[in-house]
Amino acid sequence: MKKLSARRRHPLAALVVLLLALACTGGLYAVLAPASKAQADETAQSLTIEEGKKLYAVGCASCHGTGGQGTSDGPSLVGVGAAAVDFQVATGRMPAATSQAAQLPKKKAVYTQAEIDQLAAYIASLGAGPAVPTEEQYGPEGADIAKGGELFRNNCAQCHNFTGKGGALTHGKYAPDLEGVAPKHIYQAMLTGPQNMPSFPDGSLSEQNKKDIIAYVKTVNGEETVSPGGLSLGGLGPVSEGLFAWIFGLGGMIAVAVWVAARTAKARKS
Amino acid sequence: MSTQETPEEKLPAGQDTAHGAVRVADEKNPFADPGLPPHEPRIQDIDERAAKRSERTVALLFTLSMLATVGFIASFVTIPVDKSVYIFPIGHINALNFALGMTLGIALFTIGAGAVHWARTLMSDQETADERHPVAASPEVREKVMEDFRQGAKESVIGRRKLIRNTMFGALALVPLSGVVLLRDLGPLPGTKLRHTAWQKGKLLVNMNTNEPMRPSDIIVGSLTFAQPEGLDPHEHGYMNEIAKAALMLVRIQPENIKDKRELEWSHEGIVAYSKICTHVGCPISLYEQQTHHALCPCHQSTFDLSDGARVIFGPAGHALPQLRIGVNDEGYLEALGDFEEPVGPSFWERG
Amino acid sequence: MSTTTSTTSPSGAEGPGRSRGKAPAGERVADWADGRLGIYSLAKANMRKIFPDHWSFMLGEVCLYSFIIIILTGVYLTLFFHPSMNEVVYHGSYVPMQGQLMSEAYKSTLDISFDVRGGLLIRQLHHWAALIFVAGMFVHMMRVFFTGAFRKPREVNWLFGFLLLVLGMFTGFTGYSLPDDLLSGTGIRFTQGAVLSVPIVGTYLSMFIFGGEFPGDDFIARFYSIHILLLPGIMLGLVVAHLILVFYHKHTQFAGPGKTNKNVVGMPLLPVYMAKAGGFFFLVFGVLAIVSAVATINPIWNIGPYRPDMVSTGAQPDWYMGFSEGLVRVMPGWEINFWGHTLVLGVFIPLTVFGLVLVSIAVYPFIESWVTGDKREHHILDRPRNAPTRTAFGVAWITLYFISLIGGGNDLWATHFDLSINAITWFVRIGFFVGPVVAFIVTKRICLGLQRRDRDKVLHGRESGIIKRLPHGEFIEVHEPLSQEQLHTLTAHEQYQPAEIGPLVDENGVERKVKPLEKLRVKLSKGYYGEESQIPKPTVEEYKEITSGHGHH
Repeated sequence: MKKLSARRRHPLAALVVLLLALACTGGLYAVLAPASKAQADETAQSLTIEEGKKLYAVGCASCHGTGGQGTSDGPSLVGVGAAAVDFQVATGRMPAATSQAAQLPKKKAVYTQAEIDQLAAYIASLGAGPAVPTEEQYGPEGADIAKGGELFRNNCAQCHNFTGKGGALTHGKYAPDLEGVAPKHIYQAMLTGPQNMPSFPDGSLSEQNKKDIIAYVKTVNGEETVSPGGLSLGGLGPVSEGLFAWIFGLGGMIAVAVWVAARTAKARKS
Repeated sequence: MSTQETPEEKLPAGQDTAHGAVRVADEKNPFADPGLPPHEPRIQDIDERAAKRSERTVALLFTLSMLATVGFIASFVTIPVDKSVYIFPIGHINALNFALGMTLGIALFTIGAGAVHWARTLMSDQETADERHPVAASPEVREKVMEDFRQGAKESVIGRRKLIRNTMFGALALVPLSGVVLLRDLGPLPGTKLRHTAWQKGKLLVNMNTNEPMRPSDIIVGSLTFAQPEGLDPHEHGYMNEIAKAALMLVRIQPENIKDKRELEWSHEGIVAYSKICTHVGCPISLYEQQTHHALCPCHQSTFDLSDGARVIFGPAGHALPQLRIGVNDEGYLEALGDFEEPVGPSFWERG
Repeated sequence: MSTTTSTTSPSGAEGPGRSRGKAPAGERVADWADGRLGIYSLAKANMRKIFPDHWSFMLGEVCLYSFIIIILTGVYLTLFFHPSMNEVVYHGSYVPMQGQLMSEAYKSTLDISFDVRGGLLIRQLHHWAALIFVAGMFVHMMRVFFTGAFRKPREVNWLFGFLLLVLGMFTGFTGYSLPDDLLSGTGIRFTQGAVLSVPIVGTYLSMFIFGGEFPGDDFIARFYSIHILLLPGIMLGLVVAHLILVFYHKHTQFAGPGKTNKNVVGMPLLPVYMAKAGGFFFLVFGVLAIVSAVATINPIWNIGPYRPDMVSTGAQPDWYMGFSEGLVRVMPGWEINFWGHTLVLGVFIPLTVFGLVLVSIAVYPFIESWVTGDKREHHILDRPRNAPTRTAFGVAWITLYFISLIGGGNDLWATHFDLSINAITWFVRIGFFVGPVVAFIVTKRICLGLQRRDRDKVLHGRESGIIKRLPHGEFIEVHEPLSQEQLHTLTAHEQYQPAEIGPLVDENGVERKVKPLEKLRVKLSKGYYGEESQIPKPTVEEYKEITSGHGHH
C-alpha cells in the first residue's frame, strides 16, 4: 500500500495521470459514440423487450401480475427500472420461492445474463426507472478510496458493519455481507434500494460517491484484502475477539498449566 | 453483620488427622488419614540415561529460544514494515508482524517449556509438608497490644482534652474539601447547552455526502439521506460537538402512510427530518428499513417507527426521536423552520 | 528473589561475622544486601516455602503474568501514542485513510500499526493480554469461589481480588477508548448517555467528565492519565498486597492423605516453583506473542476515526463489559416524567443492576460465614459438590452473567444463527430471571447426586466393571473396596448442622424475643444444610456394619 502512495508522489506521476486522463477520455468517446448509433437500432431493442416479456410471463407474472402491476404476493414493478431487475435476478434473489420469508437471500442466478437483460428491458419498458449502470460508473478508475471509506461509515456501516461484513435488522432481517458482491450489483443496490435497504439516488449520493464507496468496499472486504495483524476473526469486532481470547488464549494457557502442574510419570516398580 | 457465633461443639469436626509418617489402616477408624504416601521415584531418578535425555531436551529448548531471538532480530532488520505475505490458513497478513510475533513467541515459550521440563523431570519431586500457624495472635500478645494502645492513648491525653480532639476531627474533615473544590473547573455547568442545536429558522439542510443544499426532488420515497445545517465545517474546531446534536436523517414517506398528524404537519410533502441521535444513549441511529419505515439503533436495538412520529416500538429508548420542522425556501431548497423543540439525544434529569 | 539463588551454594559452612569476607562473590553481595535490607530473614521464611500442585492454582498466575506483560507493552506504547484530540489530516502509509480528518490519538495509533516496526505486534499483545487478563481473573475468582477458598482467613484477599477484577474492567475500558476510533467512541457515547441518566447530578457529571458537551476535546487526555497512571497504580498496589497475603496465609490445598488444615503439602519455592512459576511466565508470554502474531485484535484502521454522527452495526464493548451491554440492550425503555424532571429508568436500572451483580458475588463470603457462624480458619478446599448451596449460587450467578453477555451480542447471534434479534432480546429478558433459578435447582440436584455417589463408593466400593454369576444364577457386579487414601479423601469434608432458634425462654424464665435477623439466619442455614441440601457422609459405624455384614459385592 505504501508503494502506491509513494508512486503518487513520484515526479512522473503527473505525466501518468495525464496519460490516464487522455485514455479515459478516449475510452469514454469510444463507448458513447456507438451508443447513439444503437439507439437507432429500434427493432433490435423491441425484439429484446418481446423476449423479456415471454420470460416474464413464465417466471415472474404469477407473483408480480401479468403486466407487472403487482399482486398480494409481489410488489408492482412499474418504474423500478432495469437496474432493480438486474440486481434482483442476477444475484439470484428473484425468482423467490416464497413471499413469506423475512428476507430473500442471495443465491445462484436462475437466468443467464442475456435473459436477465431481456427481462430488464421489458420491465424498463413498463415505466421509467434507473438504468443498469456502466463499467465507468462502478469501476475503480478515478475513485477516492479514503473518501469512499468516510461515505461508507456515514451511509452504509450502520447496517453492513465497518468493512461490509453484514449485520442484523429487526425480526430476522439482515444486511448481507458484501464480500464477493460484484461492483455492478453494489451500485444497483445503492441506486434501487432492494427489499428493506433504503435507496441512495444520485441526489442523495452522487455517482462519484457511489464509485468511491465501491472502491472502498473492494479494498477492505475482498479476497485479496490484507489483514495486517493476522486472522481477521470475521471482522466482527469485540465479540469474536472475546471468544478467541477465551477459547484459544485462556484455553491454551490452561492447557499449559495442566502440563506444568501434572505429576511426572513415576518409574514402574516391577 | 451479626456477631452470631456458632458454639464450637456445634461445628463439624474434621477427620482424624495425621501427617508426616505413614500410618497403617486403623482398626478403629477406617477413614483415618494414612499420612503422606511414600515418595516414588521417577524414571529420571533411577535411570541416568533418562536423566541425560531430559537434560538434552531442556538444553535443546533453551537453544531453540536463542535461535528464535536471533530470528527476531533478523526479521526486524530485514523485513520491510509494509510487506505482506500469504500464509495458509491465515490469509494475507503483514510479514513483519507475523515473523516478529512467532519468533518472540517461540523464544519465550521455549524458555518456559525448558524450565518447566527441568523442574518436572530433574529437580527433586519429594513432597513435603509445611506447618501452618494461626493468623490470629495469641491472647497474651493481644492483651499486650491492647495495653500498649490504652497506654499510648492515655499519654496522648486525647480522651481528656476534648477540645483538641473535636477541633482536630473538624480540621481533618474539612481539609479534603479543597481537593473537591479544585475539581470544579473540569467542565462548565450544563446551563441550557443540551437544549439547543445548530439548527435555526432558515438554515438550509446540507447533504452530508455531496455537501450541497437539497431540493425536495432529491429525496425520493424509500431513500435515506443525512443532512447537517449549512455553515458547519468539519475542519473547524467545535464541529464534533455541533454535529453530535445536529445530525439529521431525512426520509420520504407517502403522506397517506404517515400516521402521526404532527409528523405530517412538520414534514414537507412527506419528507420528514428526524434527529439521527438515539434518545436512549446517543448512538447515531440510522438503520432505516424502507419497507417498514422502522429505524433501528445498531447499539441497543431501540426501534422507532418513522411513519408514526418516530415512537419507540422496541428496545430500551424511553421516548420518540425529536423531529425537525422543515419547509422549502424561496429558491426551492429544503430549510429548517426552527430548532428542535425538545432536547436531542439521551434523556437527562432536567429534561422534563 | 533473584538474590536468593546465590545463597544456597554449599560453601557457606564458615562461621558468622567476620568470616563473611572470604565468601564467594555471590554470597558477599547477598551479605551486603542483608546488612542493609535484612533479606536473610525474609528468605528464611520464604525461600523454601511449600506450594501445592494443581493446575487450577495457576489461574492466578495467568493473571499476574498478563498484568506484567500489559505493563511492559503499555510502557512501550506510551512512547509512540499521542493522547490528543486535535484534528489532523492523515498522510501516513495506510492508503484507505489518506486525507481523512482524524484526531492525533487515532493517527498515532495508525502510525504505531503501520509505520513503527513491531508496533502492531506490541499493540496486539497489549490488547490480547488485556482480554486474557480479565478472563483469567474471572476464572480464577470462580475457582476460589467454588472451592470455598474465600473462607477465613482469606476474605480480605477475596475482596482485593474482586477489586482487581473491577479495576481491570475499567482500565480495559479506558484503554480501548484511547485510539478514538469509531467503535470505542460509540462506547464513550454510551457511557456519556449512562452518566446523563443518573438522577439529579447526571448532567453535571457529564459536563465535568467531558469538559463540556460531548465529545469535547478533553476525554482522551483524561482517560489516558486514568488508564496509564491512576488505575494501574492502584492495581499494582493491590496485586502486591494480594501476593503478600497469599504468601502469608500459605496456599490452600485439596483434601488428601497427609493433607490437613494445619499443614500445606507440596514442593518448595526454590527450586521447583522458581522454575515452574518462572517458566510459566515465559509460557504465558509465549502464548500471547503467538496469538498476537496470528490474530488481529481491534483493527482500528478498518473501524475509522470517531465521528459522533457515524456508527457501525456490531457495536460491542470488549467482552468484560459485554454483560453490562447486555443489561442495557434488553432493558425496556422506561422513562418517568414528573415535576419537570425525567427519571431515565431505561438506562439507570441496568447501570444499577450492573453494580449489584458484581457486588452480590463480592459480599458472598460474608453472607456464608454469617450463616454458618463458623469463625475457624479453613485451609482445606471444598469439592464443589460438598457445598451444594454455594455451588448452586455460583452457577446461578454465572448463568445470569452469561445470559447478559449473550444479550450484549444479540445482533451477532441473530445474523450467525439466523435468528430474530427481537426474539433473542425476549429470550434474554426472560432468561435473566428464569435462567439463574433453573441453574440453581439443577446444580444443587447434580451436587447431591454426586454426594450420593461418593457415599456409595465409600460404603460399597468402586464399581469394577466385572460381572460375576452367583451359584444360584444371580448376576452381580464386583465392587472393589477403596484404599484408605480414597476413603479418607472422600470423607474428609465437613458437614454443618442447620442452625436452630435458641431456647425462647432463658434460664430465669424470661421470654426472649427472636430478632428477624436471627430468624433469617436460621432459615438460610436450613436451606444450606438441611436434609434437602446435603447427603450425610458415611460414618465409621455405617461402614463397619456394611463391610462386616456381607462382604463386598
